This record gives sequence, C-alpha cells and structure tokens, in this order.
Amino acid sequence: MNTAVTNANPYIPFPSEILDVVKHTQKEYTFRMKFEGEVRPGQFFEVSVPKFGEAPISVSGIGKDYVDLTIRRVGRVTNEVFEHYKGQSLLLRGPYGNGFDIDLYKEGETVVVAGGTGVSPVRGVIEALSTMDNAKDKYAIAGFRSPDDMLFRDDLARWKDRLNLILTVDRAPEGYEGNVGLVTKFIADLPLRDPSSAKAVVVGPPPMMKFTIIELQKKGFKDENITVSYERKMCCGLGKCGHCRVNSTYICLDGPVFNYTEGKLLMD
Amino acid sequence: MGYVLTQSGFSELVKSLESQYRIFAPVLKKGAGRHLDTDVVLYDFVKSAEEIELEHKSDYAFKEALLPMSETLFFFTEQQTKEADLDERPVLVFLRSCDLHALKRLDDIYLRNGKEIDPFYKRRRDLLHFVLIGCPHAFENCFCVDMGSNLTKDGYVFSIDSAEEGEDTVYRFEVPDASFNTFFEGAGGTKADVQHTYVTETKTRVRVPEEVPQAVMKDALWDEYTQRCIGCGRCNFVCPTCTCFTMQDVYYTDNGRVGERRRVEASCMVDGFTNVAGGGQYRKTKGERMRFKVLHKISDHKKRFGENMCVGCGRCDDVCPEYISYSHIINKVYDASEKVLQAKNAEGGEENE
Repeated sequence: MNTAVTNANPYIPFPSEILDVVKHTQKEYTFRMKFEGEVRPGQFFEVSVPKFGEAPISVSGIGKDYVDLTIRRVGRVTNEVFEHYKGQSLLLRGPYGNGFDIDLYKEGETVVVAGGTGVSPVRGVIEALSTMDNAKDKYAIAGFRSPDDMLFRDDLARWKDRLNLILTVDRAPEGYEGNVGLVTKFIADLPLRDPSSAKAVVVGPPPMMKFTIIELQKKGFKDENITVSYERKMCCGLGKCGHCRVNSTYICLDGPVFNYTEGKLLMD
Repeated sequence: MGYVLTQSGFSELVKSLESQYRIFAPVLKKGAGRHLDTDVVLYDFVKSAEEIELEHKSDYAFKEALLPMSETLFFFTEQQTKEADLDERPVLVFLRSCDLHALKRLDDIYLRNGKEIDPFYKRRRDLLHFVLIGCPHAFENCFCVDMGSNLTKDGYVFSIDSAEEGEDTVYRFEVPDASFNTFFEGAGGTKADVQHTYVTETKTRVRVPEEVPQAVMKDALWDEYTQRCIGCGRCNFVCPTCTCFTMQDVYYTDNGRVGERRRVEASCMVDGFTNVAGGGQYRKTKGERMRFKVLHKISDHKKRFGENMCVGCGRCDDVCPEYISYSHIINKVYDASEKVLQAKNAEGGEENE
C-alpha cells in the first residue's frame, strides 16, 4: 500500500497537516489529517508524539486528500495531542491492518452495530451503505453511553434520512426523547426479510460485541455473515512487537477486521 | 575439514579474529548471579580467548546481538528524525546449536512476519557470523533433542569444542567456511578431520503435541500458574526466541526539544503488556499468560511459520524463581491434548468448538 510520504524505514513517522478539527465531546475530537494514498475504513494509523509515544488510532473517514482520525483523550499520547494540536501537524505511520471490504455489504440486507468509539472504524462503512441504491435494506444501530457522549452528530442526522438508523444511549437524563437502552435490545425487532442471508458488522467494547453477536445468532444470522473488528494494543503495527498477537494471529497484520468464523477462535 | 589448537593457539586465534571482528560470546561474571556469591553467564563483547565461557550453558541468550535490551531507534530534534548509528564492524557470535536454531525464529518475526522487514534488526543481522559451540553432553533442563534443535548442519563459519587432555586443554574446530582457514593457519593450527559434538539424549524429555485442541486452552491445568507464577518475566528475558518489545520515548532533561525513541524488551508475563487506552486489559491472570506464552512456543508459531518456536534450551526452567517447569507444562499440554482427541474420537469424530 502506498502512502503519500514513503519512508525507507517504516518506524519513522511522517508529518501530516491537521486540516480541521471537529469536537464531538470534551474528550473526543476528529482530526482531519492530510493524507493521499490508499486507505480503507477499519485500518489504523500510529499517531506519534515525540516524548510521549505512539497510539494506534483507527480511520474514521476517508477523502481524496485526507483521513479522519477520531481520537479519544484517555492516555499520555492522546492527552498531548489535545493539548498542543493547534496550528500543528501530527506525525503518523500507516495505514496498517486489513480494514473493511465494503463490497461484501453491497447486496442484500446489512446491519452495522457499533458502540461508543467503535463507531469510528465503521463510520466509513455506514457512510458507504447510506449512499447505496438499496440503502433501505441497510441498518445501523449506534449506541453511546449518554446523549453527551454522542459522536458524529452531523453524520447521524444525515444517515437517519438515508438508511435505517437506530440511535440509542445507555442512560439519559429525564425528559430525553430518544431511545434508551443497550444496542442489543434492538436486534430482535429488526424488520429483516431474511436474517439467514443478512450481513452484520459489530464493533465496540468486548462485552457489547459478545452480547450483540449472541442476539444476532438468536435472530438467525450465520457466523460467516458477521464481521467484527478487535481492539488490541498495537505498538509497532508491523507484526514485530508482539503486543497484539492472539494465538497465531497478529491483529495488526491479519486484522483488526475478521470474519466471525475466524474471530470467534481467537482466545486471549 | 578442521583444525586442532592448543590453549596458546586458541589465544592467538581470538587475538587475530578480534582484529577483524567484534566477538560476542558467553562470559562468566563472578559473583554477579542472582544470589549472593553465585555466578552468571551473560553475553558480552570480548577481547581475548580467556574471557570466553565454553564450559557452562549461558544463563542469557545471544539474542542481544540482534535485539539489545534497550535499543535507540532514532533521535528527534524538533521536526527532524535521524536513525541511530550502528557500529558496522562484523560480529562473530559464539553460540550453541539451540541458539542457532533460535535465530531462525527471530528471523521469522523480524524478516518474515508481515510485509515489512524490520530495518533495525536487518542491519544488525547482516553483520553477524556464527561460531558453533559444541555440546558433548546436555546441561540441566535441556531438551533440545525433543525439539529437534540439537543438531546444526549449516549457518556457522566454524565450530569449537574444548577437551581436557592430560594437563592441557585442546581445542578442536570444524571449519566449513574456508575463508577462516588463514586464521587457524596463523595460530599454528594442526589440520585434522573435525566434527563438532552435539547432544543425542537429554535427561529432561518433552512430548510435544502435534496439535493443541481449542479445548485445552480452557483446561484447568493453567489455573495452577495463576497461583504460582509471580509475573516477573524472567522466562521471557532469558528465552532465545522471545522477541517482543515496547516503544519508549526518552527526552533529555537539559533540552526538552531533543530526544530519542527506543525499543525495549517486553514480556507477555508482566502486567501492562496488553493494556489498551482507557484501561482495557487482556489476559489478566498469570495462568492465562502462561497459556499464551507456552502455546506460542509449541503451537501458535508453528501454525504461522511451520516450526515450533521453542528450541529446548531450558533457560526458562533454570531461571524461574518459583521453580515452575516449562518442560513439565509441555507434557501436561500433551496429556490434555491427547485426552481431548480421544474423547473426540470416542464421540465419533464430531467437531467440538
């Protein structure tokens, strides 16, 4: 895969200009980074902040000359990014990993279930589904902890008009008018014509993924029609450091996106 | 083809080799062991034959020639990055057969895993030449024969065996690389037909399962290690095939705008190895970590690269402060695997998930 700036040494990051910053919540911003090259949703970059280290961040949007990186402020590296990004560029390495194959979801019914920051890696998938001719057969269930934790509000509003979007929060203050409840609650009632041939994409925190898959299986989904994306500590992104290995699989090389028939065999 | 040298001839040989190569060899450090008044055999660069420890098994492996405990990758100066320099003189590494087999496993990860060749590994690798130390007998905890790493056919420039003969020590060298003949001639070597010694049986034996069924991962056998293992990571650090590292940024206190990025050896047994942002952690118990490590060595690496990672050097058993025997675990995994397979066959070969 070609990147805009190719380094002979894959450990050395390249500078990328910050084109725009969208603030979703106090802790979660999307950084639009200048990047020309082949990228797929679900792939990730290592964001490199000298003095603080590197953090793997999944691609949340792709344009002709940019990629979006939605970063949650939860650690040393991301903290520094939030403090000092203004007028700056960031150092990046990547993209790494396999990413989603959008073509798999063109035909028939498709359900994307995403929780919290898990919406980032599938944002590109939902976006693609929303522009398909058969968008009425496409479903997205997006769950956030509370109304304040919602990401991609503009996208959510747009998707609502194009495909079947179910937006839910785990809990909400009194008087909140939207759905309240875990994403799993909405799977049983999806008005699917043929769950046995429908495709699903599941991304989120491990417990959410586990129970979502159980619900999908109950609904009649086949394991081979379910795609998952796993989060691990990817230190190098190159298959060398060993932090993301599970069994004989390196998440950074073979994943993070897996068909569930393969994904379910991965045991930490 | 080979040579025989006396003690003084061996000294001469190392002296002349040292003029062209840096020599990385096991060295016995007196009193530097983990307990009071105990010794340790480490790898270090040596200048003379007398420093090279040929008798004992080294407590640590040769891998630091390729993967130093801490390695500076590059320097940062504001927007500039500069790769760290490297001493570009060729290196002669003295090692035993198990370790030379371990080299292939290191190559699997750093040269063959994924599409990128690790440039920091490669540049060190290209400088190395290997001297095979013969093993006339197995050491405590060695099980190289069962792992198929007792015999080495190629990949070394010459071998070395030492033996007491009367009052003297005699050194025998098998020299497959004829370009080294001049060193032996210069040191007064006598031509002889020499074959390096190697181990054909070990006291410690392991039964390595052909395949480890998924059910064994959930077997209760691992729970014992949640109780016994203290997660110190020594087994990883002495292992010739453990390759994991963590990136680490360091900045200079006198100038906060200048610093370096390093990689340091990491251990899958130590807390924090899997931590993700926000506090997520995988394999929280020591038993799970033991399973992760052991199955990597005797099953998972093989699935990816065709050969088991473990070479049977037994250093992990030598070093464990809790006296956990890894070779014993392999045998337990074998028994547990057999049990699952037999149960499966009894069921009429029905697939278990």
